[in-house]
Amino acid sequence: MRVLVAMSGGVDSSVAAALLRDAGHDVVGATMKLWGGASDSGCCSVSDVEDARRAAGRLGIDHHVFNFTEEFDEHVVEPYVADHFAGRTPNPCVECNRHLKFAAFLDRAVRLGFEAVATGHHARVARDGAGRPRLLRGLDGAKDQSYVLSCLTAAQLERVLLPVGELEKTEVRRIAAGLGLGVAGKPDSQEVCFVAGPKGAASRGRFLEGRGALRPGRVVEAATGRVVGAVPAVELVTVGQRRGLGVAAGARRFALEVDVESGVVLVGTEDDLAALEVRLSRRTWVSAPLPEGSRVLAQASAHGRPFEAVCEASGLRFAEPRRRIAPGQVVALYVGDQVVGSGVAERAAA
Amino acid sequence: MSVNLDHAATTPLRPEALEAMLPFLRDGVGNPSGSHSLARAATRALDEARESLGETLGVSPPDIVITSGGTEADNLALAGARLGLVEEGVAEPVVVASAVEHPAVRETVRALGGSLCPVDRDGVVDLDALGSMVKEAGSRLAAVSLMLVNNETGVIQPVAEAASVVRGLEGSALVHCDAVQGFVWCDIGQEAAGADLLSLSAHKFGGPQGVGALVAGEAARRRLRPILHGGPQERELRAGTQNVAGAVGMAVAARLTAAEREEARRRVDELGDRLLAGLVRLGGVEPAVARERRVGAICNVRFHGVVAEEMLIALDGRGLYASAGSSCASGALEPSPVLAAMGVEPPAAREHVRFSLGYETTAADVDLALAIVAEALAALRGL
Repeated sequence: MRVLVAMSGGVDSSVAAALLRDAGHDVVGATMKLWGGASDSGCCSVSDVEDARRAAGRLGIDHHVFNFTEEFDEHVVEPYVADHFAGRTPNPCVECNRHLKFAAFLDRAVRLGFEAVATGHHARVARDGAGRPRLLRGLDGAKDQSYVLSCLTAAQLERVLLPVGELEKTEVRRIAAGLGLGVAGKPDSQEVCFVAGPKGAASRGRFLEGRGALRPGRVVEAATGRVVGAVPAVELVTVGQRRGLGVAAGARRFALEVDVESGVVLVGTEDDLAALEVRLSRRTWVSAPLPEGSRVLAQASAHGRPFEAVCEASGLRFAEPRRRIAPGQVVALYVGDQVVGSGVAERAAA
Repeated sequence: MSVNLDHAATTPLRPEALEAMLPFLRDGVGNPSGSHSLARAATRALDEARESLGETLGVSPPDIVITSGGTEADNLALAGARLGLVEEGVAEPVVVASAVEHPAVRETVRALGGSLCPVDRDGVVDLDALGSMVKEAGSRLAAVSLMLVNNETGVIQPVAEAASVVRGLEGSALVHCDAVQGFVWCDIGQEAAGADLLSLSAHKFGGPQGVGALVAGEAARRRLRPILHGGPQERELRAGTQNVAGAVGMAVAARLTAAEREEARRRVDELGDRLLAGLVRLGGVEPAVARERRVGAICNVRFHGVVAEEMLIALDGRGLYASAGSSCASGALEPSPVLAAMGVEPPAAREHVRFSLGYETTAADVDLALAIVAEALAALRGL
């Protein structure tokens, strides 16, 4: 098959390209240039492109660079900024997969005559008895990345190959080293790729400050209405957060809700954080939607522990009370190890 | 079978240039800065190359300052002129250039401080606006820079006219002409008459990569200061051991280019027209610049509904080499500032592709190219 591999310059995508090449496919690599802003230091920076190009050279495959900065800005960066300024906690990696890697990139690949695209994501695409594609967790549970791919549909998966999902991470690095791929020692990319600096609120804050004014907020105890703390930037507060709320030591208070408009962070005890359900918007299904009442395992963060839930018309009902999910977060739905769909968490109805 | 229609990017080394260079590459060459026999042999080769080039261009040998290429020549012209004014005690000298110059000029203007003169829809500079900018800069103006032929669109600037406008005004700004593309197709003695400084790049006219020249008469040279320090070479204007083999190759290529130019221009103009006519016939394809304002060899068109980046890959896969816009540091295609200056909006600018013919291009090449474009277009437009 003619396969276009999305190469980020990292170990996984380079090994993915190698595996496909060795399996006899006609492989070409491409790196997406997504961001050239002041923080050209995150993923897909100039040096990453060079790493990808050198890896492609070593593998003996062609390599192209795609300028998708406009699409990335429109579908990933702008919504990220808007979400934060609305008090939501977005997941830009999922949006990148939804709109860029498995949309714009995939569409271009098809137009250029490729039959499939591949990435270095640690997940698996399998075929069922009828030949339809299924999305499964990667073999290495600790490194499973199916969560960020949970928004994909069968139509997209039809043309996706995920070779490294069959391997343990240590095996991936071993293969990379064996192939003389210089990226073998590279640490896994960690933070949001277009935000410079170490992972954390400070980096996010600096980035958002460049896009709009961050407002200080009052931290208000939900039960009493009393002001119990302050935050320098209400837009940087995440539901479930305990630290950095300026609350007196000894009183464990968690952010329950963020109201950017009024500049208020409502806090409560850990028990107050508990929720019984979550409303979901932007729902996607890998194939047919699951009927109401179906039991699933839900996962609300990239490496969060899956929890039991039941599908409802408006979202999910949790089998047991658990921490509420921050609005804007992607929730991935599984049956066993198989991804069946996804949704975006919304604020509980008033 | 492949067709190279990207000659504006670089050209194949002429066999005669290669022949002339080989002894210097294979048998070694001395350092012209030395004093022994080996060095003197190198100096002689350099002298001969300079003389030959001077003859080709109608200038004296000392007027040829050998550089590493067109970009360095542009930098030396503008930064060197500016440094000259600084030395004279002028505070904050500036440079003026058109808004469609090659990045080697445009970025230099940005780095040094200066302004870009607007152009019309075809990319031709507005001489009135230029005059105003020159007047405004007054005695702070170190140089005015105008490329003869645009590398992206092929448009021809009225360099001689601009030079007389500049001379007619008070002040003594140097007139620089980036003739990197211009030299290939035009008689620069005529079309760039009045320019004090000219940039050339060998690999654009069948010479080797890595060598070029800044052509500067004595008066102009006196007003430049070097930007590379470290040796007295090139009459103290450009330090560094010269690329002797390169200079030899450049001189041969230049001589042949000039000698064959008239015939080549006629022939290639026709082929360029044949190409454009064929492209337009495919539907949804339009040229960027009016024919009479550009050289026929450079054919910049817009493919409606198709992103250039994809088009280039589709063409490359089928054996046709062309280019678009400019590349950024990562190698990705960036929207062209030249098209932007011409008033082409970003979505449209993303659809422009440049085909550039060379003196070796044949009718068969053009026809094959058209067949490839037709196929690629159909594939990308989903037909």
